[in-house]
Order: sequence, then structure tokens, then C-alpha cells
Amino acid sequence: MTESLLEASPQTLPAPAAPEVAVRCRGLVKRYGDVVAVDGLDLEVQRGECFGLLGPNGAGKTTTLEILEGLTVPDAGEVEVLGSAWGKGSNALRQRLGLALQETQLSAKLTVIETLRLFRSFYHRGREPEETMRRLALDEKRNAPVGKLSGGQKQRLAVACALVGDPELLFLDEPTTGLDPQSRLQLWEQVSDFRGAGGTVALTTHYMEEAERLCDRVAIVDHGRVIALGTPAELIASLHAADVVEFASEPELPREALLRLDSVREVRRRGANWSLAVGSLIAGVPALLAAVERSGARLAHLSTHRATLEDVFVALTGRALREE
Amino acid sequence: MSDRPSPLLQLTLSRFREFVREPEALFWVFAFPLLLAIALGLAFRDKAPDRIPIGVVSGAGADSATAALARSPVLLVRTMSHDEAREALRTGRISLLVEPAAPAPATPPAAAAPAAGAAGTPRSWIFHFDQTRPDSRIARLEAEDALQRAAGRTDAVTIRSALVTERGSRYIDFLIPGLLGLNLMGTGIWSLAFGITTARQRQLLKRLVATPMRRSHYLLAQVLGRLIFLLPEIVILVGVGWLVFGVAVRGSLWLLLLTSLVGAMTFCGMGLLIASRARTIEGASGLANLVMLPMWLLSGVFFSSERFPDRVQPLIRALPLTALNDALRGVITEGRSPSAVAAQLAIVAAWGLASFLVALRIFRWR
Repeated sequence: MTESLLEASPQTLPAPAAPEVAVRCRGLVKRYGDVVAVDGLDLEVQRGECFGLLGPNGAGKTTTLEILEGLTVPDAGEVEVLGSAWGKGSNALRQRLGLALQETQLSAKLTVIETLRLFRSFYHRGREPEETMRRLALDEKRNAPVGKLSGGQKQRLAVACALVGDPELLFLDEPTTGLDPQSRLQLWEQVSDFRGAGGTVALTTHYMEEAERLCDRVAIVDHGRVIALGTPAELIASLHAADVVEFASEPELPREALLRLDSVREVRRRGANWSLAVGSLIAGVPALLAAVERSGARLAHLSTHRATLEDVFVALTGRALREE
Repeated sequence: MSDRPSPLLQLTLSRFREFVREPEALFWVFAFPLLLAIALGLAFRDKAPDRIPIGVVSGAGADSATAALARSPVLLVRTMSHDEAREALRTGRISLLVEPAAPAPATPPAAAAPAAGAAGTPRSWIFHFDQTRPDSRIARLEAEDALQRAAGRTDAVTIRSALVTERGSRYIDFLIPGLLGLNLMGTGIWSLAFGITTARQRQLLKRLVATPMRRSHYLLAQVLGRLIFLLPEIVILVGVGWLVFGVAVRGSLWLLLLTSLVGAMTFCGMGLLIASRARTIEGASGLANLVMLPMWLLSGVFFSSERFPDRVQPLIRALPLTALNDALRGVITEGRSPSAVAAQLAIVAAWGLASFLVALRIFRWR
């Protein structure tokens, strides 16, 4: 306690309250027949943070989120949301939550404003439907039937329905899957605004950009377990490689030769290319070019990018996050 | 803006809007029963009874026999060759075939003329007909009567007909209450079964359950959303029956409303039961058809259920639509008192109660 106080505020500011836990779960297990969707998963979401579950399709993210939302009962494990467990009297808890499921199709015949008014009516206190609609840039579609909205508009409406009850905690399941870049940016903005106003967010995604951009902390999930946890920066730093170099040469260089190069931390196959995780581009790229020249090979392809969560996932599992 | 809009009102409004914005649904609830009533009412309207078509085999005496038979107001007589006549009888285009009984097997038709009676009419006839067909039996009696008279038989006693066309005894009088019952069944079952199953299939039910919405509100709204249409349904069908066909409601309008309400609620319950577990629209509509089709046939909508054998009558009487139709006919055509339809209403209500209880126990919210 004293340590963290010193770290957090070297000056004599008022002591910050101990970080409150918004969601906590331990040892979650959920099986569907022989398939283990969630396999002993633990996590904690702090109040005021945006927490992301990142993982490939089928990793158990959605099942985990639905257990946290009180929609699925786990086979084993404990869940605590905003200080309460799911069970009898959970409607009081639902008053404080907002959520968007992955596959909900809202009633196609109702208009945008009618849908928002309907959802608003379930909550004791909440936001003005008209204002919520404007904030999600849906006012032009106010009287359009939901069935006639584009994918991006439908997704924004789903988020509007999640926000109209003025929640403390927002669950979003793959909020931007299948959206065009512009709609994605708009949604990211809304989530950031919500968090900026003190809200807590837990979301799932299989887009690393989304996790990096939105989330304070990310849990990388695979086969129903958390395999890495931290801020995006921490996770990327765990690679000990700030950049990734991809190249191809004719003829190919052997893996052993590449591993011996200065600053190269890891070597992987990536299609026809070699992918090198390097500690520093300045050291790694000249070393690579020299090695190519020494061996008399011809360079066929060379590109570099900053290391991302995708690279973290690949490093941890040997698989890509999205199988194209 | 008021602090908090009523969730029950919002849910009911939503259901109502979904329904009125579905043109097909409106057609089935309002237009279809009317079209049925008008089409069937016209097809079976009061008019002189159709003449029954019969055939006379051409040949000796056929002309005079045809003339004698044509004097009957009931028969429509045609002369045809032997083969043609057999074919017409077999395919039901004529109900009776009149053939002169050949006096001698080998005699050619032309040579048979001298053997006939004074008027050129054979003294004996063969009637071919299918005795399971009521119109054939009538035609037989009429044809025999006409031929006997033509041959000189005189009546022993005199009989005059006094014809009755009382309102309430026509087919349309039978039909209108039956169509009302049918409509109450169809609208209740489709509305609940489709509304809820669609919401489940679209994952909307799951989304709603994730809000603090009270589940009882949702289910109640589905029922209320359907009941909004009850009054217009009754008014349109009974109103058109009255204005176009003169089908009057002889009993109390309040009792008609009460009976319809009990019926509507019961079929809401059955719709809810169908929707309680169905995952897809296809599944729900299969179940709905399974429930409704037997009642379309058995429950006395288009023809009286008395026509089925005695052995199955208790079963048919116990069906909710039979009981509802009996009660509706009791009120509309017979002008019965509440106590006189209480037994039927109790059967209807029992089905409704049982359906609701089972549905609520097994209802799946996701």
C-alpha cells in the first residue's frame, strides 16, 4: 500500500483510493459436450479501465463474456460483477450494466428511436434516447426501420442500446467485427468517451489494432485460458523485440544463420518469408543485409513493422490471430 | 420528458408496431377471413336448388322419356349414346342413367320400336346410379315419379310444399361464427408463436434478458399486443356478416366479446406453449400447423363436426376450437344465455390455463 502510494504520487497529493475491482472471476470452466470452451480462466477488471480479451475465433472469449454478463452459467468457478454474484435479485445488478452481444438482431420493424425508447424503459435511470442517438451519429436514421440500417449503423445502435441505461460497466462482444474503417473509428471514439467519463469497459476482439488502441490492459486468450496479461505496451515489450523484419531471398538463408545475426531474437516462417523479431532495426537490418550479401544470395523481399500484439500472439502460440 | 416510460407499455407498443408493419400478418388477420366469408357466402347463397344432371340412353322412346323427365323441376336431362352415358355416370357428370330395358337382347334399336308401348315409350327401364350419392337417390325418386306419371299413374293423395328460408339456418349463418373462431385461433397462435420465436432466433430474447426488463412484462406484452386486434377482428367479421349477408347477433354483444376474449387468451396460451422451446421459425410453424390443422377440419368451422362418427365425438368436443365455435354459434345464431355457453367456455379456458402453466414452466429465454 505504502509502496504503491509512493509510486503513484511522489508529491503530497491526496492518496488515491485503492483501485476497485469491477469484475473478478476465478477458475471459470464451461463445457459444451466434449468441447471445453473455457478452461479455468481467471481475470480481474479494474474500475475505470478498458479491458480487452484478445484471441482468435473459438478461443472462448464470447463464452467468458457471457458468463460475466450473467447469461451463461459456468460449470465451475466464481464470478463477481460490481461486487455481486449472479443469482437471485440480479436485476438490480443489470440496472448498472450495458452490453452488446455479438449476434443480436434488433427488431427489424421498429425504428431507431423506438428501439432506444424501448431499451431506455427498462432502466430506472438512464440517458435521453434522443441524445444517445445523436452521440452515436444515428440522428439521420431516427425514423428508419432497423432492418434498413447498414451493418455499421446497426452496430452503433446496438452500442446505443447498451449506453441508454447509463451503465457503470459496459460489455462489448466483438463490437467492430465486420465494420468499415470509418464506423470502427466512430465506435472507438464512443468507447473512449465512455471510459473518459469514468465508465469501465470489458470487450472481446480479434483485432490487435482495436486492443492496442482502446484497451488499458489486454488478456490474450487461447483455448479457454489466459496465456498473457498486461498493458499492450508490456505485452509487446515481452517480445524483447521492438520491430519485426520480414524478408525473402534467393536462395534462402538457413534459420541457424539468421538466429546468429546481431539483435535478432526470434526467427519464424511466415509463408514464403522469414520473419525476424529484432531488438533494434538499426542493428538488425544491416546485419541481415550483410549476411545476404556474404552468402551471395539475392534479396527478393524486405519489409519491417513495429511489433504488435499480433506478433505477441504468434510468439506465444505459433499461430496467427486471424487465419485468413 | 416523464421520468421513466412504462416498460410494459413500450413492450406492448413494440409488439403492436411489429405486427401492423407486417402487411402479410394484417392480410391473414383481417382480409383472409373476410375473403373466405364472402367467397363461401356467395358460393352457398340462397337460390333455387341446382337441378340434378341425369342422362337418357338414346334410342327408341328416348325422346318421349326425355320430355317426361324434363317436366320435373329437379332434373336436368340429356340424351346420350350408351358409351357416352356410361362414361358420364362413372365420372360423376350425371347422377343417374336411365336406360330402356331391352325387350329382346338381339333386336336392333330400329326394330324395337314396334315392341314399345302405345306412346312409343318402353314399358320398363333400368336406372343406373351410385346409391351412396344423395343426389343420385333424389334423382332416382324424381325420375321414377316423372316416368310413372307420364305413363299414366295418378296420385292417391295431394301434397303441397311450404318452403322455409329462415335466417339463422343458412350456410353463411353457420360459417360466420366458425370463421370468427378460426381467426381467434390463427391470430393468437401465429402472433405469439412467431413473435417470440423470431425474437429467440434473432438472439433478441437473450439481449432483452440481459437488461433489467421483467420477463413477465415481456410475455404479458405479447398477449396484450395480440388482444389489441381482438375488437377490430370481431367488428369486421361480424359487421360484414351482418351488412352483406344479414347474419345478426341474436345473443348479447357483451357475451360475444367475453367468449371471444376467452378464446383469444386460450390460443395465446397455446401460441406461447409452441414458442416456449422452438428455436427456429420453421420449428414453430411446424408445431403450429400440427396443432391447428386437426381443428381446421374437426372443429366445425366449414361443416358441422356432427358429421364425424359417434366414437370420435367426445374427442372432437374436447378440442378448444370446437368448444369455442359451439359457444360462438350459441351466442351469434342461437342467442343463448351466458349459463348456456358456460360449459363450452370452461373447456376453452381450461385449455388456455393448462397451456399457460406448462409454457411458463418450460419457457426457454435464450
